[in-house]
Amino acid sequence: MKPLDPDQKLDVAALLEDLESYRPRRKGWHWREQVPDQKLHKFVYKETSKGLARSIPLPAAHYFGDIDPQPDCVVTTEIASGRFEDDLRRMRMAAWHGADHMMVIRTAGQSHMDGLLEGTPEGVGGIAVTRKQVRATRKALDLIEDEVGRPINFHSYVSGVAGPEMAVMFSEEGVNGAHQDPQYNVLYRNINMYRSFVDAAVAKHVMASVRMAQIDGAHNANATAVEAWNVMPELLVQHAINCAYSVSVGMPKEDICLSTVPPDAAPAPCMRMDLPYAVALRDFFGGYKMRAQENTRYMEADGRDATVSHVMNLVISRLTSADIQSTITPDEGRNVPWHYNNVAAVNTAKQSLVGMDGLREMVKLDRDAPELNQKVREIKERAVLFLEAMLEDGGYFGAVEQAYFVDSGIYPETHDDGIARKSDGGVAAGTIVPRAADYLAPVCHHFGENHLPEGYDAEGGPAAGEAAPGLRKPCDLIGGCTLCDAEKVPFIDELDPEDNVNARLAQTAELREKGLIKPEVEWAADGWVVVTLFLPAAPRVAEFAALEFGKAMNLQECEVINKQVMHPAEGTLIELKGRLDVVVDPARLVIPPEPVVMKDEEIKAFVIEKGIKCVAATVGEDEHSVGMREIIDIKHGGLEKWGFSCEYLGTSVPVEKVLDAAIEHAAQVVLISTIITHGDMHRNNMEKLADLAVEKGVRDKLLLISGGTQVTDELARSWGMDAGFGRGAKGIGVASFVVRTMRKRGM
Amino acid sequence: MAREDTYLEIRGHLAKLTDEELEARFWELAQRVVDPMVELARTHTSPSIERSVLMRMGVDSPTCMAVAGECEKRGLLGHGAGQVVLHCATTWDCAAPEAARKLAAGEGWDAVEQKWGGAR
Repeated sequence: MKPLDPDQKLDVAALLEDLESYRPRRKGWHWREQVPDQKLHKFVYKETSKGLARSIPLPAAHYFGDIDPQPDCVVTTEIASGRFEDDLRRMRMAAWHGADHMMVIRTAGQSHMDGLLEGTPEGVGGIAVTRKQVRATRKALDLIEDEVGRPINFHSYVSGVAGPEMAVMFSEEGVNGAHQDPQYNVLYRNINMYRSFVDAAVAKHVMASVRMAQIDGAHNANATAVEAWNVMPELLVQHAINCAYSVSVGMPKEDICLSTVPPDAAPAPCMRMDLPYAVALRDFFGGYKMRAQENTRYMEADGRDATVSHVMNLVISRLTSADIQSTITPDEGRNVPWHYNNVAAVNTAKQSLVGMDGLREMVKLDRDAPELNQKVREIKERAVLFLEAMLEDGGYFGAVEQAYFVDSGIYPETHDDGIARKSDGGVAAGTIVPRAADYLAPVCHHFGENHLPEGYDAEGGPAAGEAAPGLRKPCDLIGGCTLCDAEKVPFIDELDPEDNVNARLAQTAELREKGLIKPEVEWAADGWVVVTLFLPAAPRVAEFAALEFGKAMNLQECEVINKQVMHPAEGTLIELKGRLDVVVDPARLVIPPEPVVMKDEEIKAFVIEKGIKCVAATVGEDEHSVGMREIIDIKHGGLEKWGFSCEYLGTSVPVEKVLDAAIEHAAQVVLISTIITHGDMHRNNMEKLADLAVEKGVRDKLLLISGGTQVTDELARSWGMDAGFGRGAKGIGVASFVVRTMRKRGM
Repeated sequence: MAREDTYLEIRGHLAKLTDEELEARFWELAQRVVDPMVELARTHTSPSIERSVLMRMGVDSPTCMAVAGECEKRGLLGHGAGQVVLHCATTWDCAAPEAARKLAAGEGWDAVEQKWGGAR
């Protein structure tokens, strides 16, 4: 496929062509390339990495030479709308904003499927993770990483009943990272504990063969426990079990990432509670990587509230450490994340991390502060006590049977509300089998007993080093395995003739072919829009009133997705979503050319050389001055900024007076502001001003400019003005016009 | 059973440990927790593990499902589904995926029975 063109949409149909022959071009995780003391614009950064070839910087970047510094850590975004073909476009948007870790959530129920799915069926709350979807996604990400100029990590889940198969498929397809933690299966998916651990050893060993990064599942305890702040000692234990198990089955420490979340949120004094935990964790797990996740436990429907929590989480990341900074979309409390909220979350992370760059050099944790010191030690001791008791109570399996985990008491306190599982119960109970004395697996990177013939190296394979000298690889028995020879990987296209990507693309084909535009938040042409309303009513009344407003706006399937009381009687803020079944054809739009603005220095030089003076007023019977102030005040980036001398005459000024003042001050520019009236006053005022200027013989010495929210350049010119500026006009536009026109006319 | 916070009563033996000693104890205990599970994994297999072996032999997922499922039914999983396929591929002088396809179609289980005995 051709490289992506930044001005063209991703062609999903073309991407799906020839998938059977597509192979990943690299395997394993990519960490960002650190650039110490990086100089960008007028600044030196302490904690940034190599920049992007193409990106969209933070909104304020234009004040700072349009730089887009990339933080030192990998930034994650979680994308899974149920239709991978739409997710790919979202991944491209997120990558342009700085995400380099695309985490794909699986469809509900996939973790209980004993085997792999194939094809591209639609998912619920995630996608069906299949070889075809994984391959298409990796292919798209290869194109996207070339477009932005930084490798992108692709990530999904090696958990559930089919973990070893997922691990093999991911290794074959170039998936770079995965969640793998058998405790997650046991506690949250009620998959049999023996099966989960036996499977996990094989899965982890395969993952290690391609240096896939592993993320554990401990953070789910925060999201589940009733009082999340009390699970801190247990979290250390869960992390330790997965880490020690992973290392024991051959995974390098540096590929093992702890999924850690600050457990609390305001109005709790959350940072004082969460910092000791973050410190204790990093003390004990120094050789491992930290994947800092954001808190979801206390997330409500308000995006602002979620964003503030996440920024506080990011402060903890910066004060301690994070190798991967994960992000949660600010709308996750109310729906499956929407396109632009992935971008919002990535930007929250980028903005905060870059804003706090190097802060650690000035602001350090006071390890001697009695509260921090004592809390850190206490969390560690409680975790050790937890492990001691587990060993007395029958080890991990016994402890789970006795509901040790996800108890909301702070260990050794228990509230007896932990999750209990039976060792002979759960999904896939009774399915593990002892390996017989002749057990054989003729493939590479297979964990555990394997009775290969004499002269074979049980590990084998290219990734972990070739077989030891003089020894053969296990897969020599079958002429090569898929981990050694990518050509042996089989590919199944579709199994379901109706539930697949081609059928879904056909539904929106007309829009794409004709280039029509319809709003969307998740899926192409889904039509969802959000309307924000402040209603001067009590919350319950406001909610039902909002549904009526939605209907009046022609929205379908209206639903209130957030409401916030401003005052019990005075009013409620409502966010309402609804589907808008309207299509716009861009070919039929009349889009005026974008005004061309000049450089600050150029304008300034000209204005000072000519000593340009302006006379400005709001004309007619109009008391508005805000718009004019925006255009002339230095404070608002108005004309004064470039040295224009501005005389503002006030509101409701007759045009005669305006012209007299212009003559008196020998001004070159006249600015009038006007509202559009039914009585055509605006038109009369403009025409009168132009006529008067002609009568008094000064028309060719003056630039006559009118402005107002409803004024257009076209109308203003037709009524004798030199230019008109409407809604959204800025001082820079007016200044550029003045300079350009005066030059052209030799004024 | 709910329990009050007994931390202060039972921490005595940890109080004298330095931070380094406490950390070493933490990891020593964690290792003791995982060791028997690692041993369990080393000596056991499962349907998903055997399917993952077949996958690495180049077999597609529906065929993996059919062959490992039949091995499980016949009590052969402990020998390794990969070994069953390898045995047939050698006997029939064909590639492993081809042997797996035949087995999935119900062919050749007699050859398997000859080596490892009948269905349990």
